[in-house]
Amino acid sequence: MQRINRSELIKAAAKLIESGEADRVLGWKKGEFDYDVTPYVFNSIDEIEKDFVWGDFCGANFSKYLIKETAKSDKKVAVFLKPCDTYSFNQLLIEHRFEREKVCVIGVSCSGMADIRKIKDTAGEGIAKIEEQDGYLNVFTLYDGIVKIDSKDALAERCLCCTKRCVVYDELLGDGENKADNDRFAKVEELEELTEEQRYAFWKSELSKCIRCNACRDVCPACTCEKCVFDDPRSVLENKAAANEFEEKLYHIIRAFHVAGRCTDCGECSRVCPQNIPLHLLNRKFIKDINAFYGQYQAGEKAGQRAPLVDYTTEDREP
Amino acid sequence: MQIEEKKPLIAAFCCNWCSYAGADLAGNNRLNYPDNVKIIRVPCSCRVDPTFILRAFQRGADGVLICGCHPGDCHYTTGNYYTRRRMTLLFSMLEYLGIEKERTRVEWVSAAEGAKFAQTVNEFTAAVSALGENRRLEDLRCKE
Repeated sequence: MQRINRSELIKAAAKLIESGEADRVLGWKKGEFDYDVTPYVFNSIDEIEKDFVWGDFCGANFSKYLIKETAKSDKKVAVFLKPCDTYSFNQLLIEHRFEREKVCVIGVSCSGMADIRKIKDTAGEGIAKIEEQDGYLNVFTLYDGIVKIDSKDALAERCLCCTKRCVVYDELLGDGENKADNDRFAKVEELEELTEEQRYAFWKSELSKCIRCNACRDVCPACTCEKCVFDDPRSVLENKAAANEFEEKLYHIIRAFHVAGRCTDCGECSRVCPQNIPLHLLNRKFIKDINAFYGQYQAGEKAGQRAPLVDYTTEDREP
Repeated sequence: MQIEEKKPLIAAFCCNWCSYAGADLAGNNRLNYPDNVKIIRVPCSCRVDPTFILRAFQRGADGVLICGCHPGDCHYTTGNYYTRRRMTLLFSMLEYLGIEKERTRVEWVSAAEGAKFAQTVNEFTAAVSALGENRRLEDLRCKE
């Protein structure tokens, strides 16, 4: 259940458009179903009132969209950012991917997003509508009537251990903080304690599900290179399904390594994965190692900080 | 007919300024080290992209060694400091994915340390031999 309601968001956006400060708003638009909310650029207040949605399925992180959106005109673009999105926003500013002056950030407090896969696991297919009431989700299904699910049981993986707060905004709705108390490295530690063979078997079974749709790369706010090695025909792994186990590993190791030290742990990669591969476990392994070896570091927390992989000390540990 | 035991194949990335010269010195001094190590010269150890290492495994390497100048002695002042961080993270990740950590190693070898180079390669080859063939990062299409 979100603490802030839709009308407050619309009011904030309408104010920016009316005053002429921004001429368009990047927000969530209603999709075909309640749960497939899609990113959209709203150009007028009417459009916003008609199609804008805010709820438990507004997981999309808009930071990356700003790179192209800010380049389109000289006017400012208004954007809604949840606490986790603001870290990605900051990280992109650190990397000079767009100009801060061209964006109006409306920080939105978030109480965690729902994961449709968890809901489908309980309620099955054929979901017509999802409504929230007193901490429960009423899932209207075509075949089984109304299925009631505790909102907490439907929380997305990344929201279970989110302690992020809005770190950058022009206007803040709500207090902008999250206080989940789960340890985000619990699963990583669990894997580390397994034997080599077990870890190998675990990742083999997970990564072999990959269909190389590149969704994890495309959605990642840290993956913003204009030319990507995975699009290069000379790389032998450009835009095609992995031919064997080696190519699966190559893709996922390189993808995770490329964002190491810049990954804010926003969890978008795991959210968009159509095969449900826990990609965040690769990113979190890097984050955990960086914290252990080079000191506590949260990418995107402060403007102007140096990422651990473009920094060094003379006393670093040996590999 | 005697069947020859398969020797492990080692790819060694050596930096142009220290380790490559170190390997050369090992040869000049007639020091013995296995012939199954393939030395690849790179301008600096920080030129080694994680992809290179994975590619080496794909193309049949059983172990990958990265040699550079001692920290503080980099020809480009700071290159090997970055290598050190990158490789620490990459090796830790490979271990996390269940790939034997003995298959990868970073060693700092200066141009004067021919003996260290020979010793490193000997030790590393022995360690990789003990593990046997690389199965977890192999690409059967690249095998003979």
